[in-house]
Amino acid sequence: MTVKLKIWRQKDSSSKGKFEVYELDNVAPDMSFLEMLDSLNQRLVKEGKSPVAFDHDCREGICGSCGIYINGRPHGNDHRTTTCELRMRGFKDGETITIEPWRAAAFPVVKDLVVDRSAFDKIIQAGGYISVNAGAAQDANAIPVPKHNADVAFDTASCIGCGACVAACKNASAMLFVAAKITHLAQFPQGRVEAPERVKRMVAKMDELGFGSCTNTRACEAECPKGISISTIAKLNREYLTAKLKD
Amino acid sequence: MNKLNAKIPDGPLPDKWTTHKTKLRLVNPANRRKLDIIVVGTGLAGSSAASTLGELGYNVKVFCYQDSPRRAHSVAAQGGINAAKNYKNDNDSIYRLFYDMIKGGDFRAREANVYRAAEVSNLVIDHYTALGVPFARDYGGLIENRSFGGVQVSRTFYAKGQTGQQCLIGAYSALSRQIDKGTVTMYPRREMMDLVVIDGKARGIIVRNLITGEIERHSAHAVVLATGGYGTIYYLSTLALNSNGSAAWRAYKRGALFANPSFVQIHPTSIPVLNDHQCKLTLMSESLRNDGRVWVPKTKGDPRKPNEIPEEERDYYLERRYPAFGNLVPRDVASRAAKERCDAGYGVGPTGLSVYLDFRDAIQKKGRKYIEDNYGNLFEMYEKITGESPYEVPMRIYPAGHYTMGGLWVNYNLMTTIPGLYAIGEANFSDHGANRLGASSLMQTSGDGYFILPYTIADYLADEIKTPKIPTNTPEFDAAEKEVKDRIERLMSINGTETATSFHKRLGKIMWDYCGMVRNKEGLEKALTLLDELKEEFWKNLKVPDTANELNQELEKANRVADFLELGKLMVYDALNRRESCGAHFREESQTKNGEAKRDDENYSYVAAWEYAGDGKEPILHKEELKFEYVKLQERSYK
Amino acid sequence: MLEIFNSSIGKKLIMSITGLFLMLFLVVHLTVNLMLLVGDGEVFNRAAHFMGTNPAVRVIEPILAIGFIFHIFYATYITLQNRKKRPIGYTTSASNGLSTWSSKNIYILGATIFIFLVIHLANFFWKLKFESVETITYGDETMPNAYALVAGLFTNYWWYDLLYVIGAISLGLHLSHGFWAAFQTLGWNGTKWLKRLEVVAYVYAIVIGTGFSIIPIYFFLFK
Repeated sequence: MTVKLKIWRQKDSSSKGKFEVYELDNVAPDMSFLEMLDSLNQRLVKEGKSPVAFDHDCREGICGSCGIYINGRPHGNDHRTTTCELRMRGFKDGETITIEPWRAAAFPVVKDLVVDRSAFDKIIQAGGYISVNAGAAQDANAIPVPKHNADVAFDTASCIGCGACVAACKNASAMLFVAAKITHLAQFPQGRVEAPERVKRMVAKMDELGFGSCTNTRACEAECPKGISISTIAKLNREYLTAKLKD
Repeated sequence: MNKLNAKIPDGPLPDKWTTHKTKLRLVNPANRRKLDIIVVGTGLAGSSAASTLGELGYNVKVFCYQDSPRRAHSVAAQGGINAAKNYKNDNDSIYRLFYDMIKGGDFRAREANVYRAAEVSNLVIDHYTALGVPFARDYGGLIENRSFGGVQVSRTFYAKGQTGQQCLIGAYSALSRQIDKGTVTMYPRREMMDLVVIDGKARGIIVRNLITGEIERHSAHAVVLATGGYGTIYYLSTLALNSNGSAAWRAYKRGALFANPSFVQIHPTSIPVLNDHQCKLTLMSESLRNDGRVWVPKTKGDPRKPNEIPEEERDYYLERRYPAFGNLVPRDVASRAAKERCDAGYGVGPTGLSVYLDFRDAIQKKGRKYIEDNYGNLFEMYEKITGESPYEVPMRIYPAGHYTMGGLWVNYNLMTTIPGLYAIGEANFSDHGANRLGASSLMQTSGDGYFILPYTIADYLADEIKTPKIPTNTPEFDAAEKEVKDRIERLMSINGTETATSFHKRLGKIMWDYCGMVRNKEGLEKALTLLDELKEEFWKNLKVPDTANELNQELEKANRVADFLELGKLMVYDALNRRESCGAHFREESQTKNGEAKRDDENYSYVAAWEYAGDGKEPILHKEELKFEYVKLQERSYK
Repeated sequence: MLEIFNSSIGKKLIMSITGLFLMLFLVVHLTVNLMLLVGDGEVFNRAAHFMGTNPAVRVIEPILAIGFIFHIFYATYITLQNRKKRPIGYTTSASNGLSTWSSKNIYILGATIFIFLVIHLANFFWKLKFESVETITYGDETMPNAYALVAGLFTNYWWYDLLYVIGAISLGLHLSHGFWAAFQTLGWNGTKWLKRLEVVAYVYAIVIGTGFSIIPIYFFLFK
């Protein structure tokens, strides 16, 4: 099949970007979306042109590196899918595909489709952990954790930090990302100890880094490749308000 | 030759580590702050080492090529992490875990190291649990275990099919805590380009800032490589696309010995190649073989659809050849058996290079719900990629390059042959022998980082407390930086016609054909010539676009492929040298009548550690004899 | 503790609390208004008079006004702030199948309601409060004939009927999102409650939206 690609090109963070259009044929339906971009890049390099930069690594939907806004949606049109898991069989022959980077003040464009998501790391550094040093832990079975809590912890810890929630949100809010971590760590008795401090620090960091606020549109939940629910945001709000009320 | 003093402590096996620890010197907390340690890589090995060293009060600098430490490829491990907790009361013990690993590794690993890995495994589980890693639990709230990788006890801790991701998030959170505290400084989007050795000691690294292209110098009192394996040398593998062997390779070229480079695990259950554009092979967890049955048609090139082939015309070849273990034979055995069938012309799918993994019987017996609960996410993943539902038609699978047991040679203290340079996790060679058992990789890599390296590195640093901060303006740094810049300059200026990816693909094919699942003298010798030719062509006809002073992913690839071209040759030398079959290394010349691997303990019961002898020269072999005091060497039979 | 309102969640908390308060007011307001449909106006006039003279209601009135002001002010502030978080927008957008139109356009709906509110206040509240309107006497009680004011407007000007129906629909849409969102912001939500609250939100929004629409339609058709 043949596709027409309208791709955002931007040399570096200080340059102004613009869309460029490329036609690509010999696209196999079995190809992944990123393999399709790979093959475009191979051609561009051979033509002596600059290939399209994009982040990627594991190519199996788990590392969270990839993230492209495809035809108006983060990670494209498929449900619970990262960009790398997207297959070309989901596109029509002759279709024009618009390809943009994540757009958010907190995620500045580095080059083409590559953005800087280090703000996420900074939020985790502000408290997204349980403070235990190696060697200080007791036996793993010393504290039973109800299965339900363990399952909730798993679901929320399955966040891969790709940033689709921010990209999808009309306010570029990072609430789902923060909420997933808060909810994850709140499931364990040892995680409760520093819960009030954690939520205050993480929310303050999130605000400081230029993310917007949550207006409950649920776009984040719809686009999260791991299907993390916005009920975690309610949990975050609850944790935050109770922590603040105790101040 | 004392170059290879493994420093294995004396005494009975179960006491070695305990005794050794008491003899390791300590560094006083006030002095730790003055000592710099570089850690390269942020997978489970790097993150765990860096956070622990940070907790101890050292001044740690961590580097990774990804935009965030959380993305390192440990994240993709699916099945689980082993520990000898014996929570299931099935008579598991440290000794049994040790024995399974030694046997699984086909008696080509050090007893003492393996025993220690098993010994610290329980601490690793405790620590991850405390960090909030949500291991599967039962309704009583206690941790659930499963049997994995063909062992007879249930010792695998897991978090659905996402154990690596969940553990890495735990390790990353601990690392983040240290970054916040200021004990660890994080340098993301940096690729290590060279190691700096001053007066025989590892004193720093040269990195390329992948965003600006700037070449940076970083110094430290010790350098820890936690840079993973080099399985992407096959081009198509289960690894992340950017995983590479460059850091280890540069260390090798600076004098560190490289051990057993040809020991590469080919994982039996990956989704087969679908088309020519494919860039990677997606792994389907080994756990699928607990319920799936592997088969091919009994007729060559049977044109029928799998569901139309009646039971009696199916060849369940693993069950046929290995009645005792059946579909649960270890990875190397399963991989070779699949290759054997496909090579004999019984393979299925458009390319004939795949076999069926069928869940029909399991669905009938245990119900669809059971299969959904256990493998739902894997089935979904398979369907996304192939467009076929494994609930309706059997999966098609084929082996793929997965894990490298080989790596930098390290002694019992995890130090390479360069003083002050350590290698941990998959980057070293130490614990898996010639074949790794499922779920022991997360265990080993975490054990190295949390509970072994932090103790052993202190013993080295105890001598360094009087060494002031290492300056980066020394002639050694100048020289290393110049070499790096010259090489980049050379890559940029070739201006040929072929891309790095295209060379990588060609390299991958050579390695897969001649130094993959099955090797022989003729093929390996041919590979040496082919690799030389390819290397020559690479340096004449490579095309790298843009400039070196910007984000240039093609240049990154070119750098890695350039190293792989050389590393490939070392793998071939190693495979040629080892004229026996053991674990994942199968030399056609050394097999039993039934086509099983035949070890030669008399002549090859050693670790082959290779020393760099200069460009274009044959590497020098050093042998570390393996002494087995506690286990009896036996044929590894799964029949 | 007050610095809570400096945070993004704190500002949303103001929206939530004022919103819930206003929603409570809407229920009272609608209850009184529905009396327009009963009889010849005496019920409504008496109710309106009670609301206009009862001391408790007098006290709540300024609080209500403050609620409105805060709700509107913070909505504007948050919206303006949020717009800055994406300086360069996307060129394409596609539905994700989950976000409702109302949720994405809550501020537009709010602004529509605000315009309506101004007109509405001018039509009734202002007149009853600050201008002399015709009075009516039931027994020995004299009170403003609010019923006549409403009936006059709704029977004589069809476009006012239309305007009020649009206002009511906007309000309903606004509430269909605002209702459960208020609980979500308060943290009063979970996977189970999410679905329940959504249902309650729709019921509430439909009741308020149709309730307020019925009145102009009734006057338009039957009076």
